[in-house]
Amino acid sequence: MSLADLQPGALAVIEALHLAETDAHRLMILGFIPDTTVGCAGRSPLGDPVIYRIDGSEVALRRETARHIAIRIESPPAG
Amino acid sequence: MAAATTTSSRRVVALCGPPNVGKSTLFNQLTGLRQKVANYPGVTVEKKIGGMKLCSGEEIDLVDLPGACSLDPQSEDERIAVEVLSGRNATVAKPAAAILMLDSTNLARHLSHAPGVLELGIPTLVVLNMADELASRGGAVSAAAVAAEIGAPTATVSARRGGGMDEVRKFIEGAVVPPKPVQLPVLQDVPAVRKWAGGVAQRCGYAAPGPPQWSRRLDRIFLHPLAGPLIFLAVVLAVFQSIFTLAVPLMDGVDAAIATSGAWLGAVLPETAFKGLLIDGVWGGVGSVIVFLPQILILFLFIGILEDSGYLARAAVIADRSMRLVGLQGKSFIPLLSAYACAVPAIMAVRTIENKRDRMATLLVAPLMTCSARLPVYALLIAAFVPERPLLGPLFGTRAAVLLGLYAVGFAAAVLTAWLLKSTILRSVSTPFMLELPPYRLPTLRSLAYRLIDRSKIFLRRAGTVILATTIVLWVLAGLPRENGEPPEIADSYAGSIGKAIEPVIEPLGFNWKIGIGLITSLAAREVIIGTLGTIYGMEADEDSVELQAVLRSELSFGASIALMMFFAFALQCMSTVAIVRRETGGWKWPAVQFLYMAFLAYAAAWIAYQWFD
Repeated sequence: MSLADLQPGALAVIEALHLAETDAHRLMILGFIPDTTVGCAGRSPLGDPVIYRIDGSEVALRRETARHIAIRIESPPAG
Repeated sequence: MAAATTTSSRRVVALCGPPNVGKSTLFNQLTGLRQKVANYPGVTVEKKIGGMKLCSGEEIDLVDLPGACSLDPQSEDERIAVEVLSGRNATVAKPAAAILMLDSTNLARHLSHAPGVLELGIPTLVVLNMADELASRGGAVSAAAVAAEIGAPTATVSARRGGGMDEVRKFIEGAVVPPKPVQLPVLQDVPAVRKWAGGVAQRCGYAAPGPPQWSRRLDRIFLHPLAGPLIFLAVVLAVFQSIFTLAVPLMDGVDAAIATSGAWLGAVLPETAFKGLLIDGVWGGVGSVIVFLPQILILFLFIGILEDSGYLARAAVIADRSMRLVGLQGKSFIPLLSAYACAVPAIMAVRTIENKRDRMATLLVAPLMTCSARLPVYALLIAAFVPERPLLGPLFGTRAAVLLGLYAVGFAAAVLTAWLLKSTILRSVSTPFMLELPPYRLPTLRSLAYRLIDRSKIFLRRAGTVILATTIVLWVLAGLPRENGEPPEIADSYAGSIGKAIEPVIEPLGFNWKIGIGLITSLAAREVIIGTLGTIYGMEADEDSVELQAVLRSELSFGASIALMMFFAFALQCMSTVAIVRRETGGWKWPAVQFLYMAFLAYAAAWIAYQWFD
């Protein structure tokens, strides 16, 4: 399952980033680190990009990027 | 530029940190108006240096580094930040100290930026900004506890309100004793650094603030599937309308003031050969630049409000989908829109785009948008050559249709060129779009004022010098060689000779040497061609002149008039734009590329139009 499948309002945990190393690095600096809880805060009016709540901030990603971020749905740790 | 190099004798203090943490606000607080803005050589990164006087009387230079998410340089901004901090930048002396600015409302994550800077070994003050917002959202942090954990002096500040500035000044004065250094985590391992930062925050008893409730409420409106795009459109129209209409009376006022003062100067100055140069060349030339200032100020007022409030990031998210179709991204939207008024402020606005390739593509196509300087030329040619016939009711006739068509041609050319650039030389499949949405904040008057002062200084200095040189050259070409002490007939002037020399080149477009002179003088600014044609045909000329229209009809065929409109739609006849592109890209390479590709487009389009319609 990938981040692109996450519905608005839903929560998940990041599993892995299947992206080129530099891109993955950038995303990790923004907070997209494996085992971190991520929430889908909403979509842009045209459906893409999607806004994610991650590590205390909100980040907009295109679906083409979110597709490469693997997630798992589990009852996430508090916070 | 000499003005923005640090003096080697002065101590340099660098201000660094990730984007959106309020670096500029702190910089403005500390340096006031003693700021110099330039570019780092060869790159589109802005270099801001401000003077600061210490209690001892010593003057230091504070360098505001571009926002860098990481000191593992992947973007130009980050490369420059690293270069300066490690003393490897040729134009800035190695900093004696650094101020690392972080957002206290997201401390756990922001502390991950600390090891990279602390590791450089420069005395560093960690500033936890937005302390007021942290408190109002129910969070808390102890600067002393953070300092002990990270082994660097730490201060909580609220730069917007000026709170905590004494601590920062004390550090710059060198009066802060650093705590004992600690072992920092290995940089390359982002998860490990983040874990360390989380641990530090926890051990410091950091209380994270509650979520920014009103930001979320506003996003429910601004990003609503229906209301969102409508508000976006309203904002866009408001910006467009005001750079177009609100600026016009101001620009007319500036124009009139320059004409009046020019006339006054003409009356008081003694008759010498240089009087004409001074009044028509220098005064008129400088005036033709200053006239753009109202538009630039209004546009940057809007951009300032949109950016500081946090809406610009949302607008970029909304526009991203459509901009992506041509290979650009959401942030290209505002610059391209502004280019409809004037390419100069538009190009100054491309720096809001972080991705370098997107920034270059936007900058390269912006002048294809139909700017307001093309309007008088279009108006003259349409009035002269297009008979008015109603098409869709009495309000929309053939003339409006042609004008609309010219706007469409410019837009289509911009979109196609952007797509072409992005799929060839500026291809950037490798950098995905990621945009952090900052919480909504009320813009402060102070920060808006600094923006406007900043932009006007840049514009006047850069565009002013190049435009001045160009107008002087053109004036000399049109006014020499003198015959019996009098300026020559335009046909006998150097400009006339050049017009005749280029006639073979422009003949396939249906233009004669007189139009050729107009094309040359309009290199300074598009609308100049009208005055030039007036001079050539010996009549007072503006775009409403019936006589000029009649003369043009006898000089140009219908096909040639369409060709001329096409030429103006595509060619980069604007020295202000060339000058500002040179400033923003830090060299002559990109303005040359831009000028040549647009000249090629203009020639090709004019040729096709002439062959087709004649």
